Amino acid sequence: MDKNAALEAAVEKRPARQRRNRAWNWRGLLLPLLAIVTALIIGALVIVFTDESVYAAFREGVGRGFVQAFTVIGRAYGAFFTGAFGNPVQIVSALASGNPVKITRAVYPITETLRIATPYIFAGLAVALGFQGGLFNIGAEGQYFIAGLLTVFVGYSITGLPQVIHLPLALLAGMAGGALWAAIPGYLKGKTGAHEVINTIMMNYIAFRLAEFLLDVGGPMARGDGRPVSPEIQPTAYLPQFFPNSVALRLHVGFLLALVVAWIVWWLLYKTTLGYEIRTVGQNPHAARYAGIDVPRTILVTMALSGTLAGLSGATDILGVLHFMPNAFYSGYGFDAIALALLGKSHPGGVVLASLLFGALRSGARNMQGMAQVPIDITSILQGLIIVFIAAPEIIRMIYRLRQPVEGEGAAISLTRGWGER
Amino acid sequence: MSDLLVTASKRRRARTMGIAFLVFAVAIAGLFGRGIQPGQQTTFVFQTSRDEVVAVGDLAVATRPAVYLTALVTAFLGAWQLARGFTRVDEVLGIVAGLFVVAFLTWAARGQSMNVTGLLKSSLLRAVPITLAALSGVLCERSGVVNIGIEGMMLMGAFLAALIGSISQNVWVGLMGAMAGGIVMAALLAVLAIRYKVDQIVAGTAINILATGLTSYLSSRYLQRNGALNSPPTFRPLALPGLSKIPIVGPALFNHTFPVYLTLLLVIGIQFMLFYTRWGLRSRAVGEHPRAADTLGINVFLTRYVNVLLGGMVAGLGGAYLVLSSVARFDELMTAGKGFIGLAAMIFGKWVPAGALGSSLIFGFADSLQTKLAILAVPIPSQFLLMAPYLVTMIVLAGVVGQPHPYSFS
Repeated sequence: MDKNAALEAAVEKRPARQRRNRAWNWRGLLLPLLAIVTALIIGALVIVFTDESVYAAFREGVGRGFVQAFTVIGRAYGAFFTGAFGNPVQIVSALASGNPVKITRAVYPITETLRIATPYIFAGLAVALGFQGGLFNIGAEGQYFIAGLLTVFVGYSITGLPQVIHLPLALLAGMAGGALWAAIPGYLKGKTGAHEVINTIMMNYIAFRLAEFLLDVGGPMARGDGRPVSPEIQPTAYLPQFFPNSVALRLHVGFLLALVVAWIVWWLLYKTTLGYEIRTVGQNPHAARYAGIDVPRTILVTMALSGTLAGLSGATDILGVLHFMPNAFYSGYGFDAIALALLGKSHPGGVVLASLLFGALRSGARNMQGMAQVPIDITSILQGLIIVFIAAPEIIRMIYRLRQPVEGEGAAISLTRGWGER
Repeated sequence: MSDLLVTASKRRRARTMGIAFLVFAVAIAGLFGRGIQPGQQTTFVFQTSRDEVVAVGDLAVATRPAVYLTALVTAFLGAWQLARGFTRVDEVLGIVAGLFVVAFLTWAARGQSMNVTGLLKSSLLRAVPITLAALSGVLCERSGVVNIGIEGMMLMGAFLAALIGSISQNVWVGLMGAMAGGIVMAALLAVLAIRYKVDQIVAGTAINILATGLTSYLSSRYLQRNGALNSPPTFRPLALPGLSKIPIVGPALFNHTFPVYLTLLLVIGIQFMLFYTRWGLRSRAVGEHPRAADTLGINVFLTRYVNVLLGGMVAGLGGAYLVLSSVARFDELMTAGKGFIGLAAMIFGKWVPAGALGSSLIFGFADSLQTKLAILAVPIPSQFLLMAPYLVTMIVLAGVVGQPHPYSFS
């Protein structure tokens, strides 16, 4: 009784505007922000504790040790910032001077960030869509490879088509490949209840071996010049570049496509019947079945759509950046996508923001590795920490002494079904 | 009325099985009866050259008759299943699958020899990390905590085994270090899943990402720059006197390193502890119905913490085995999905340690088959053979219908 009374009072106190179900508001942004900041702090500690120069400086004196520690952190994160966004002063002066070489050098970091964010947006949307449907799609990486194989095949084997047909055809091939690869675990889950976590991971390894077979020297899709790569795709299948005259700036139209697709996913999830069915199955499959929704079919469709999105990440990377496909390697890319979906709370807008952050992280980390000698794997550590803090918000609240939310505010999306429910 | 429906679906399943057996028979005859030259023989060798064992002669069979005989037996089983039906169909399905494999081996090694003992031995060796991963999963999941983070725990165990083993130049210290690493990662999972009630799969994924990042980062920072930090000693094989001389199985089972024996002991030990001790009963109760266990006064949280930490220790052991057995170095991402295959083995083995060992052996067999077949120059590209364990996992999971949890209630 008391709980209900308190809830009523709390609800009534909130202004009418806030009572509307907003997907994200400023309060909702606070936690992810704090999670990122805390992760960066811990990352800084890791960097400091594994740097010999800091230990050497401490041996000389505590004060010198701290100075060195902060210098190291400053250098690392400074390299990170300039690697991710570029030096603002440099950008302004380069633009003012009008010198194309200077502009290229100044603008390179931010274009790289956006370019790297593009496949992340697609992959994050894929996993987020899965989460909305109660499914855990870890197969983004395998779907990326299969889509890449199909895209590159359409790209190099078909000649004589104008770009306006060849490019969409290649993209469709990638989408189909990703959809198919994800539909298999989706079908198995609907039909036999086999959990998609393991099946998608298995499909990843199968895709990896398949790509290895096809692209290895002497394989059916290898270029034939002794390198384990595919032939180059036809120029008519290229995704248009933003800076066609520059070799260094590789930002391509795929980025805009990603933003458009994010909007489409939002519209699908929140404005269509199918999206409603997906979300209902995600929140309570029993209730969905009672309402007449065909749960196995919805699971299959959700996985297929998720795979399509993951496939687009591979397709755009090939068509926009690489223009061929190298022999695959398993890099844990799919797990990054999970972090993105969690950070964005499975909402397309959140996923886009999170992907921009991760693009910055990757692009900055490369610079950290080059200029400050911090191994690039620091990004995985940061990602892991971010997931931990997002998934367990109590930790952040405990650290920063934040208020507990009123019960019922910010309904969490139930992430998986049929496993780990206790 | 519902009785009739149940019988009808049972009959349909029985018929499908019978037809499946017949299909197997046709496959055996059709796939493995071809390409055999008249008079060709397959020789099954039962000893490895290096082991002293009571000598058993080689078994040479005429290939074509052997394959056709296998097909005939399978067809007979199929006919029987259609006509009368076996009461224990699943066991017969296992037998049919075994016959299929035997026929395949006979065909693959036509005109050459196949070392059966060597095959058994390497199957066991490759099954060890998978078994340990599966055991870890069993311990955790039986008490109600899904452990997706086994891969990360194994990776951390492998890293620490290499690092601490190199520094101390002592395999035992390295082993301890690995187990400690597994415990630490498991502690993180336990805190997240039990104290903060994070979704267990998300928590496990976070563990994997963290472990991958930490081990790769530290490996780049320290191990790759300083080779002395990445050259741990390895375990030496320990032949059990007398037992290892038993023909055929002796060298395969009783001439191994300490971790292998430890794994087998763990399987027996955990099976006993889970099902024949008070602690095991309480753990299972906590997993099956935590509220009921709580009303009896069992500390649900403590039980889960203990089980998850034990699971982490076992997973760390698995990682240590990867490094300290023969490889003697740590490579980034060296677990290559063994944690997840272990989970599949656990599900196939019905969340029972003995079953986990059995299914791990199957996976190990598929894995070791791949190298043997490459030696025999079987015309299947190696990458497809490498896919075999993963395909087997998926088929296995699809076969265990609708049972994603050890305590599923309808």
